[in-house]
Amino acid sequence: MARALVNAPKTAKAGEMMEIKTLISHVMETGFRPGMDGRIKPRDIITEFACEYDGEVVFRAALHPATSANPYLAFETRATRSGPMKLTWRGDNGFEQTETVDITVE
Amino acid sequence: MSASTQAMQRDDVQNPGMLAAGQGEALWNAQPPGGGQSCASCHGDATASMKGVAARYPAFDEATRRPIDLQDRIRACNARRPGAPDMPHESEELVALSAYVGLQSRGTPTAPDPDPRLAPFRARGQALFERPIGQLNLSCAACHDARAGGRLAGALIPQGHPNGYPLYRLEWQGMGSLQRRLRNCMTGVRAEAPPFGAPDFVELELYLQSRAAPLAVETPAVRP
Ligand code: HEC
Ligand code: HEC
Repeated sequence: MARALVNAPKTAKAGEMMEIKTLISHVMETGFRPGMDGRIKPRDIITEFACEYDGEVVFRAALHPATSANPYLAFETRATRSGPMKLTWRGDNGFEQTETVDITVE
Repeated sequence: MSASTQAMQRDDVQNPGMLAAGQGEALWNAQPPGGGQSCASCHGDATASMKGVAARYPAFDEATRRPIDLQDRIRACNARRPGAPDMPHESEELVALSAYVGLQSRGTPTAPDPDPRLAPFRARGQALFERPIGQLNLSCAACHDARAGGRLAGALIPQGHPNGYPLYRLEWQGMGSLQRRLRNCMTGVRAEAPPFGAPDFVELELYLQSRAAPLAVETPAVRP
């Protein structure tokens, strides 16, 4: 499993904006670079990120070969209800990882 | 260093070096593949036992009567674990463990080991720093003492301090040790770099460390 760091508030007031920051370890191999043997290394990137909260996708991003290794994504969403926030990264070669953070809304 | 690179280093969620430190923490607590002891089983909680350790490395090693740097110290501990596979220089495991041990000194002022037996090695490190090398015939000092703050092509010439290593370099798109950085500088002036772990490197590290004191340890730092 890839190593991921997520920073989200544990508690928030209803209606307040929350900043969610994420970092995940991934090579993000572009598919354009030659390896040591001169052959082009096959593409291996994360293609999609989605954040599900309170029953809907509140943020989604499509990633492309120009994205750096270990992509960092930050976004804001409004606190509505207490519950889990599910962050999922998907990509080439069946890459899939989900991290869950619990948010308490007062 | 640009404001954005500095911001990336300062924020633990943006700093990719923290992913390596996290991996190092997992390795610290894990039993090695050979079934031997974990680092934690001898050293306990690293946040207590390794606090300030990286700030005083390289240190004098009684066994070899020479200076030893943090990576070789970790390799030596690993090698004593029966059945544990070797941790080569620049391997993901070694860099991650060094980043985790280094993190326990973050904010601690660099404190060179005062052991007088290190003095001749430090002096040799200084001589290596001042000696012109490579086809370009430039010494480390020619760039890092005489031209620090200037530019080499697009890059800012830094003062050449070792206090952020191992670190995440954007150009590498990954982590690297101080020796990897030094090898880059050596091949940059078209000199032949010694192999990883060579005495020249440890002596250079020793001099760089005394030259940098008392700058605080920044491991894991971020560089362009
Ligand atoms: C069997 C017990 C044992 C294990 C396992 C062990 N160490 Fe050590 N370690 C020692 C001893 C003893 C020392 C003191 C120096 C010496 O005698 O070589 C030491 C010293 C160190 C130091 C230098 C501390 C200082 O204050 O200078 C570091 C860093 C270190 N070990 C890291 C590690 C790491 C990382 C691992 C896991 C890969 C590890 N050790 C596994 C016993 C162990
Ligand atoms: C031609 C000029 C030049 C020479 C000679 C040179 N360096 Fe460098 N060095 C640089 C530049 C430029 C950088 C920064 C590269 C970057 O950030 O992309 C650097 C980076 C470094 C760093 C990392 C500093 C940091 O903040 O991360 C260290 C340490 C260092 N050099 C040590 C040395 C040593 C030791 C030597 C001699 C073996 C040496 N350099 C020779 C130009 C030079």
